[in-house]
Amino acid sequence: NSQTVVNRSFKQLSRPWGACQAGWRSTSSRSVPDVASHHPAEVVSSFPPLQTYTEEEGMMREAVKKYAQERIFPLVSQMDENSQMDKEVIKSLFEQGLMGIEIDPEYGGTGSSFFSSILVIEELAKVDPSVAVLCDIQNTLINTLFVKLGTPAQKEKYLNRLSTDMIGSFCLSEAESGSDAFALKTRAEKHKDYYVINGSKMWISNAEHAGVFLVMANVDLSAGYRGITCFIVDRDTEGLEIGKKENKLGLRASSTCPLNFDNVKVPEKNILGEIGHGYKYAIGMLNEGRIGIAAQMLGLAQGCFDHTVPYTRQRVQFGKRIFDFQGMQHQIAHVATQIEAARLLTYNAARLKEAGRTFIKEACMAKYFSAEVATLTTSKCIEWMGGVGFTKDYPIEKYYRDCKIGTIYEGTTNIQLSTMAKFIDKEYNV
Amino acid sequence: MSGRVLVGVKRVIDYAVKIRVKPDNTGVVTDGVKHSMNPFCEIAVEEAVKLKEKKLIKEVVAVSCGPQQSQETIRTALAMGADRGIHVDVSGKDYENLGPLQVSKILAALAKQEDAQLILLGKQAIDDDCNQTGQMTAALLDWPQGTFASEVSLEGDKINLVREIDGGLEHIKINTPAVITADLRLNTPRYATLPNIMKAKKKKIVTVKPADLGVDVTSRLEVLKVEEPPQRQAGRV
Repeated sequence: NSQTVVNRSFKQLSRPWGACQAGWRSTSSRSVPDVASHHPAEVVSSFPPLQTYTEEEGMMREAVKKYAQERIFPLVSQMDENSQMDKEVIKSLFEQGLMGIEIDPEYGGTGSSFFSSILVIEELAKVDPSVAVLCDIQNTLINTLFVKLGTPAQKEKYLNRLSTDMIGSFCLSEAESGSDAFALKTRAEKHKDYYVINGSKMWISNAEHAGVFLVMANVDLSAGYRGITCFIVDRDTEGLEIGKKENKLGLRASSTCPLNFDNVKVPEKNILGEIGHGYKYAIGMLNEGRIGIAAQMLGLAQGCFDHTVPYTRQRVQFGKRIFDFQGMQHQIAHVATQIEAARLLTYNAARLKEAGRTFIKEACMAKYFSAEVATLTTSKCIEWMGGVGFTKDYPIEKYYRDCKIGTIYEGTTNIQLSTMAKFIDKEYNV
Repeated sequence: MSGRVLVGVKRVIDYAVKIRVKPDNTGVVTDGVKHSMNPFCEIAVEEAVKLKEKKLIKEVVAVSCGPQQSQETIRTALAMGADRGIHVDVSGKDYENLGPLQVSKILAALAKQEDAQLILLGKQAIDDDCNQTGQMTAALLDWPQGTFASEVSLEGDKINLVREIDGGLEHIKINTPAVITADLRLNTPRYATLPNIMKAKKKKIVTVKPADLGVDVTSRLEVLKVEEPPQRQAGRV
């Protein structure tokens, strides 16, 4: 079966690159049976293709696909129109175990791998990118921060809630600091055993429904970014005000709100990680979150494409299917290639991260490229659908509106490119 | 009544796939085609798991007859809540000719081997639409049968059943052990949640051969030809 092929291939991969740790979760140390005897027809490859999934990953993907199609798809249009995520959808996301994918079962989570999260986000995005981003932020930002940095007490208090019923928000951006994240002005003043937070945040996703906020505030503005600290702020803390949600072009069902902090008292024990290390955590988490967004954009592009091609095969003009016109075929094939390339970049970045190898440049490439592909795909799909693509009766125009944020949030395209350039510069620095 | 329930799950071509007949007219195209658990089998699994959750039975064993890939179907049943699986390995020509009579013999043998109190099956498979396996299994075991069940409730060592029949709904009471076949409205199958998929990995699937159960799977039927229905002609007003 495919799992043994993957296990065997990773054992072989980790030998020449002995310096790297193969942190691959599915690899077991038991001896691998000969695959050929089970599947004589199956080509046994030492290096399986990127689209090779363990049995559990395959099952998860199928389960999420079915769930998304039956429980989310019927509500997508209405959630977009009203700019409101349906409460039942949120509840079912938790029930399905999609909000605590990498959290240990000890804390009520699913106990699966990063790649499973990526597959889940991709499948959700095929149906609704807004739901996918909710799932992405929870899994790749909030949960990861708690799992990596939480004290036993913090984990005890929050991880269980995060896997079962509580959404988290990640608060970094401000009105005056987006790409220039470390210029943030929200400050936290120390008093005895607590801090008082003052300031405001902007563009905070999930804020409407979040029960906990991870707030990046500076404890010592004179120290610059080395004062940035991550604070856990519960929703009902006095002084925390969640502003009216933005009226957005796309991803409308995902709430995006400004936050105001007016003398918000936060106990010292609510610091996540170490004081002054917040900037490191933010960068670290965003490197991983990047791959999640790549998966979202990938799913968006694929979902849009999957809605469009059947139409081109049915629509007849000048006596033949519009799919059969060479001009159309070339465009469709070109877009399909771009989506495939985006998929491979995304999957590879995810596998690299899981294998414990360096992945930052690849993650940037995946996010940048997937967002561009989503933009291209959705734009072309509207054209291929003709007039109906332009109406809200068909889901295509929503994908077109949703894709634009991909080049902007969690690191703009320009930032991704500059980051990649820094790595390239270093690579040639012999 | 507390005991073991055997649930039969069949791997069939997914309901959403457009079926195509093979060019040599010997069957339908199955290579590379998406397969999944027969929808009525899903309903049967759901009912079994619900009975276990109500603590009316103690173990759910999922059974599937077919090639290696049938194990995926069993895994899905495990992810829905079944406790362990039995894969009866039938492949090649034997699998192509596998029909309700052979499967019911296998299920009857397994029921005796596993000391099952209840056998839950889908009313029919969506590929052959036979609607025979449940009935044949009951006959071979000389057990009562409750087919086309849309409601099942256990009362001591008896089962109250509502059957969907042509004339309406029929209420019957049968003894256990028994065979029940699930109809569409019996329940709404749950999704395999991600945590349950992870738990399913640890559950055991045992592989056996029909010969181990003393069953001969030679078919008494020979498929002569499979063809598509005639193309619909345009109507005339």
